[in-house]
Amino acid sequence: MTMTETATQIAVSCTGVTKAYGSGQSLVTALRGIDLEVRQGELLMLVGPSGCGKTTLISVIAGILDHDAGEVSVFGEDLKAMSGSRRTRFRGENIGFVFQQFNLLPTLTIAENVAIPLLIAGVRHSEAVDRGRELLNRVAIGDRWKALPSKLSGGQQQRVAIARALVHNPRLIVCDEPTSSLDHETGHKVMELMREVASGADRALVVVTHDARIFEFADRIARMDDGRVVSVTKGGPRPPDARGRGVAVEKNGNNETKDEK
Amino acid sequence: MKFVAIKMLVGDRARYLGILMGLTFASLLITQQASIFEGLMARTYGFITDTGGPDIWVMDKKVLMIEDIKPLQDTMLYRVRGVEGVDWAMPLYKGLLKARLDNGSFQTCHVVGLDDATLTGGPGTMVEGRLEDLRRADSVIVDIVGAEGKLARPAETEGGSKIPIKVGDTLELNDHRAIVAGICRTTRTFQSQPVIYTTYSRATLFAPQERKLLSFVLVKAKDGEDKLEVCRRIEAATGLAAYTQKGFQDLTYDYFMKYTGIPINFGIAVLLGFIVGTAIAGQTFFNFTVDNIKYFAALKAMGARDSQLLGMILLQASIVGAIGWGIGVGGASLFGFLLRDTELSFLLTWKLLVISGGAIMVICVLSALLSIRTVMRAEPAIVFKG
Repeated sequence: MTMTETATQIAVSCTGVTKAYGSGQSLVTALRGIDLEVRQGELLMLVGPSGCGKTTLISVIAGILDHDAGEVSVFGEDLKAMSGSRRTRFRGENIGFVFQQFNLLPTLTIAENVAIPLLIAGVRHSEAVDRGRELLNRVAIGDRWKALPSKLSGGQQQRVAIARALVHNPRLIVCDEPTSSLDHETGHKVMELMREVASGADRALVVVTHDARIFEFADRIARMDDGRVVSVTKGGPRPPDARGRGVAVEKNGNNETKDEK
Repeated sequence: MKFVAIKMLVGDRARYLGILMGLTFASLLITQQASIFEGLMARTYGFITDTGGPDIWVMDKKVLMIEDIKPLQDTMLYRVRGVEGVDWAMPLYKGLLKARLDNGSFQTCHVVGLDDATLTGGPGTMVEGRLEDLRRADSVIVDIVGAEGKLARPAETEGGSKIPIKVGDTLELNDHRAIVAGICRTTRTFQSQPVIYTTYSRATLFAPQERKLLSFVLVKAKDGEDKLEVCRRIEAATGLAAYTQKGFQDLTYDYFMKYTGIPINFGIAVLLGFIVGTAIAGQTFFNFTVDNIKYFAALKAMGARDSQLLGMILLQASIVGAIGWGIGVGGASLFGFLLRDTELSFLLTWKLLVISGGAIMVICVLSALLSIRTVMRAEPAIVFKG
């Protein structure tokens, strides 16, 4: 593998990333020099106790929160160096979100909800909704495309959220506690779905979770504590699939793993 | 994103209706009160607009408005006729005289005396009879509101309706017999008193004897003459005041605006409508935005630009503004229509539509500004805060 090929395979690179909230005596340091890389084709889970900085880190990676120091690049682009509007456009084109609370607009049908990233990008309404219906078919609730979110179960709503995160074909998908509102069985199904439809050689997934039951779906698990990545380990037993495998490397940690290829 | 904005708005029925109610209330109150005010003010100069024919009104310099009559010497009529640019000039008597009714009570009436020969300045609309009937002995023309109201005869049975006076009936004006020769329609007067038209010579006969009885000189300028210039010439030649019809209207309007509490009273009602509308609609719209802030933040996170979110909020504000204004104006119009034959003064002009529309727009902009500020300040990162 050449250097160029390696560089292009890196989806996210964090180097010495710090972030603090407040000032003076109320200063809270959320990130204390994060070094982390996520390669394309990888499903990386960020785990750790509440307040350890997981949410702050994915917010920084997703370009919706500015870090104080260090460097963050997503697909080779330095997010902090971008103007606000450029970063917003970059997010819209390259990043898909799955939120803990789904954040589906309650007055829109689920097909319209799925279509939102396309509508933001300026795609015509009918075309966007058609594409939304296709994605709903992929996540197996296409027959309910006219339903409002309130008519769906938690698991179904999360499927809609996943479809929304994928509809514009983003290269990076960030998920915040995607299974925390779901029972074990539904959570498992959602993760299987994520693995099936959201990961691929040209994509990367970063999943923040507390849910140890889904660790098995991770290619790699980065454990955080007190604003630091304290370890990066391999995920649990992997279901057999033909995905391209990448690696997550904690640059300065002791748990560096080898490329499995 | 327009579609998303509209569905966000109308999908939240309770808040949508709440915002609409606030704006409708504001629009209704502003339009209705302003229309009543405008109607009332139109009555102050209604006699001037009802008097067809003349371009220019000539009067004593101290006159402040149409009801403020300071009689002139009859000779002034001839002096005005001699001014360059005057096509014709006619006398007009206007005064308050008491009419004795059948039940023995008295009713103060506006008596208008028209030039005997030409009957210039007569009412525009005759309901019954003809203006020329004034040439018959002792004849008068009574306005329909007075005929059916204050001048009507008592009911024949207790609790029955009053009997309107009609052509052929007689009245007693200042101890003089007058025969009703016609019924006309005029703009209601500010004091809602009946209006009685007769000839100038008969009016001066009805009126108490005074040295001066000429109230106004009505003037028609020659074709092609600048009316304001003719006014200046009349003033210079006679020492009297001369106004164009519009100028005299404005003089009367301004007097009531300046010296009566009417504008303040109605202004307060209009302001109240504006404030209450702003408070209700603004607060509800702001709450609507705050309740949806996590969705706006999610849209931001997903790549929605500030301009798109701004457009969404302005579209939402415009929709509720347009609908609320429309319903409010419709309600005010219906109110005016249903009460058109009553004492209510109601005049809804296009200017008032523009004013109420402007007021509702200001309310919407204020409401939207609060919401826009909140949305623009919202950190997209809040979407990850459970």
